[in-house]
Amino acid sequence: MNYTSLPKASRRDVLKTGAAGAAVASAGGSTALASAAPAAVPPRAKVGMTVNGKPVSVELDTRTTLLDTLREHLHLTGSKKGCDHGQCGACTVIVNGRRINSCLSLAVMHEGDQVTTIEGLGSPENLHPMQAAFVKHDGYQCGYCTPGQICSAVSVLEEIRAGIPSHVTKDITQAPPLDTTEMRERMSGNICRCGAYSNIAEAMAEVAGAKA
Amino acid sequence: MKPFTYERATSPKDAAAKAASAKGAKFIAGGTNLLDLMKLEIEAPEHLIDVNHLGFDAIDETADGGLRIGALVRNTDLAADKRVRRDYGVLSRALVAGASGQLRNKATTAGNLLQRTRCPYFYDVNMPCNKRKPGSGCAALGGVSRQLAVIGSSDACIATHPSDMAIAMRVLDAQVETINPKGATRTIPIAEFHRLPGDTPHIETALQPGELITAVTLPKPIGGTHIYRKVRDRASYAFALVSVAAVLQKDGTGRIAVGGVAHKPWRVEAAEAQLPRGARATTAVLLDGARPRPDNAYKLPLVERTLAAAIAEAKAS
Repeated sequence: MNYTSLPKASRRDVLKTGAAGAAVASAGGSTALASAAPAAVPPRAKVGMTVNGKPVSVELDTRTTLLDTLREHLHLTGSKKGCDHGQCGACTVIVNGRRINSCLSLAVMHEGDQVTTIEGLGSPENLHPMQAAFVKHDGYQCGYCTPGQICSAVSVLEEIRAGIPSHVTKDITQAPPLDTTEMRERMSGNICRCGAYSNIAEAMAEVAGAKA
Repeated sequence: MKPFTYERATSPKDAAAKAASAKGAKFIAGGTNLLDLMKLEIEAPEHLIDVNHLGFDAIDETADGGLRIGALVRNTDLAADKRVRRDYGVLSRALVAGASGQLRNKATTAGNLLQRTRCPYFYDVNMPCNKRKPGSGCAALGGVSRQLAVIGSSDACIATHPSDMAIAMRVLDAQVETINPKGATRTIPIAEFHRLPGDTPHIETALQPGELITAVTLPKPIGGTHIYRKVRDRASYAFALVSVAAVLQKDGTGRIAVGGVAHKPWRVEAAEAQLPRGARATTAVLLDGARPRPDNAYKLPLVERTLAAAIAEAKAS
């Protein structure tokens, strides 16, 4: 795809404008509430971390999740917000070499951490092998869960290679096999409502050099 | 989410003292359960004490041949530890039967023990719940109770403890090590760590205000065949309807603890004496006094059948 041909007003810009319009429209209604009980300024804190190889430093409301920091403050909108409760896996990113749900982690708890998002794995011109395999095997339909699926898939292969057992490992005293049964079990924290699971499994198997 | 102030703890004693003295303070480690509940405003701490940098992240051998697991050891690392896989297989099995890979990478040993129930009425802030709002009542009693407790429950609460890991810890006779705000340490047997609901279902553990878990210890290995058998609505990433943690010996004796049936890991040592006679005799003692509801009466035969399957698996191994 030629990304330079995208229209200047993206879907995201339209959404932002819409949200601002809604805020203006409701301002009159909320003024009385605000003056009756002036809210204290929510506590803020500074945090520094490395995101996709670049050091970043931000000051945030302490409530800000890692996911919202990536999306709303660093404008890395590849990581997606699905359920915001750790159930769907759309927000999966890799922190210090391990995949986590970025929606269930506060940004202020990541001082000094190394964060890798889908933007850090590859680029349209230079795809990560897992991204290329997802394209080749049609491992998505709408694409919303895909960044989380790919971050998870990359980590799953590393977890199997590191000998971490899973629920389907028959003999947990031995290293788990690099097969599709293991991969499927380990991907259960990433939901795809389009149902691209079998193609995702094929993409992973190709990257792993295993049989799907 | 309600606003809160945040600090990184610098020492276990200071963290405990701060937790006991600061208004509305709570510890946070992995945060996978706490943040979920904070987003729903079921938990609303005013101050968070981040304990992630206190160490407590190693698994060491103890002088008596057991293991001392740091409170901050992540579920993934505990499940993958070679000594745990070799000598305490039921624990490794229970861990990988729970949650998702992403959650296990973040969730800690102590946090797993302290996670809150997944009772749907605890989660629904529009419903009464004695655990969430003491004295408000229990909506589960007249509600959908398919996932809820069948034994050890009270008229105030029929919630279950959701942990898989804790069921294995119970069968292994683990002990919970803590430090209090004065710096004093103590050891709590896992059997006494989680409480039954009684009239105070909001008090879930034996921990005192500010008391911080530093480690969980396992006694020396007891051999046997280690099994964790979990029955759930889908094959992966779901809480247990019923689970059985078992360490069974060749002569038919053994230990069992059951999950998904009570407010705490359910183990009855007198029932284990019946193990050589089979699952039916064992379950009769294990679940004596059960008070199931129409929606969850299926759990009683399900425990017996899951135990029978575990015994058969041990015999075949």
